[in-house]
Amino acid sequence: MTLDEIKNTLNAAVLSKREDMNLNIVRAYCADLMSDVLAFSITNSLLITHLTNAQVIRTAEIADVKTIVFVQSKRPDIETIALADTKNIPLLVTDLSMYEACGKLYEKGLRS
Amino acid sequence: MDNKVAEGVFFLTGKDFSNAGAASSNLKGVLEGMSVQPDIIRRAAIAAFEAEMNVIIYAVAGMMHYYITPETIRIVVKDMGSGIPDIGLAMTEGYSTAPDYIREMGFGSGMGLPNIKKNTDRLDLDSVVGGGTTLEFIIYLNKDSKGAKNETL
Ligand SMILES: Nc1ncnc2c1ncn2[C@@H]1O[C@H](COP(=O)(O)OP(=O)(O)O)[C@@H](O)[C@H]1O
Ligand SMILES: [Mg+2]
Repeated sequence: MTLDEIKNTLNAAVLSKREDMNLNIVRAYCADLMSDVLAFSITNSLLITHLTNAQVIRTAEIADVKTIVFVQSKRPDIETIALADTKNIPLLVTDLSMYEACGKLYEKGLRS
Repeated sequence: MDNKVAEGVFFLTGKDFSNAGAASSNLKGVLEGMSVQPDIIRRAAIAAFEAEMNVIIYAVAGMMHYYITPETIRIVVKDMGSGIPDIGLAMTEGYSTAPDYIREMGFGSGMGLPNIKKNTDRLDLDSVVGGGTTLEFIIYLNKDSKGAKNETL
């Protein structure tokens, strides 16, 4: 599923300056515990989370997470967005809950 | 071409959450620059990051030294902090003394040290209560020297 399809499915806003909307994501992972992301996430995946602090971006970088979706309209601050930009990690924000966001992506075919 | 040896140090400051993870991120860059295999880079970066976060969370200050040779990545993280009273307990999955504000940041699930152990080939943890903690781990770069996984140093 491309970043563009993910954005449309979740009715999400893109927070990053430049991003490749054709970026292909084949796996998604939802977590609010960073050690879980480090332990179980798979490279080149999408992380769906409520957390918006700088450590989430660092965790994503370390774990080779390709992009992050923040649920329930949670927005990181400017510094955090800038950090993600320097690491080339696109950030999306959606009004949907974690449950709804995961459900919609699953329904659209993002199933691992 | 012999850029297969490198060493360096990063200084870590307790509670400096805006820079937490920067050392491990830099180390990841060093390993990428040396064309280390991606799965090994990932293991080293994850272990370094969990160790770095422990210094930021539980210590006043610390240092992360790295030594890279064609055979191994060795990382030594030494801090001045509260120390760990019971190392066996600290290594247990799910055991954590992290305060609530750390949990709200997504850390403190008690999986840091177990994650480090899982991603490294050798691990040694030494701690003095009220003094500080030294964590040392090694990842072998060649599969054939990987025989003894997680043996104690
Ligand atoms: N560098 C350190 N200094 C003091 N205590 C530590 C240090 N690293 C770990 N600990 C102790 O060991 C526990 C388990 O650590 P860890 O497995 O990383 O889980 P977490 O950080 O999520 O609590 C911590 O809650 C803390 O009590
Ligand atoms: Mg920890």
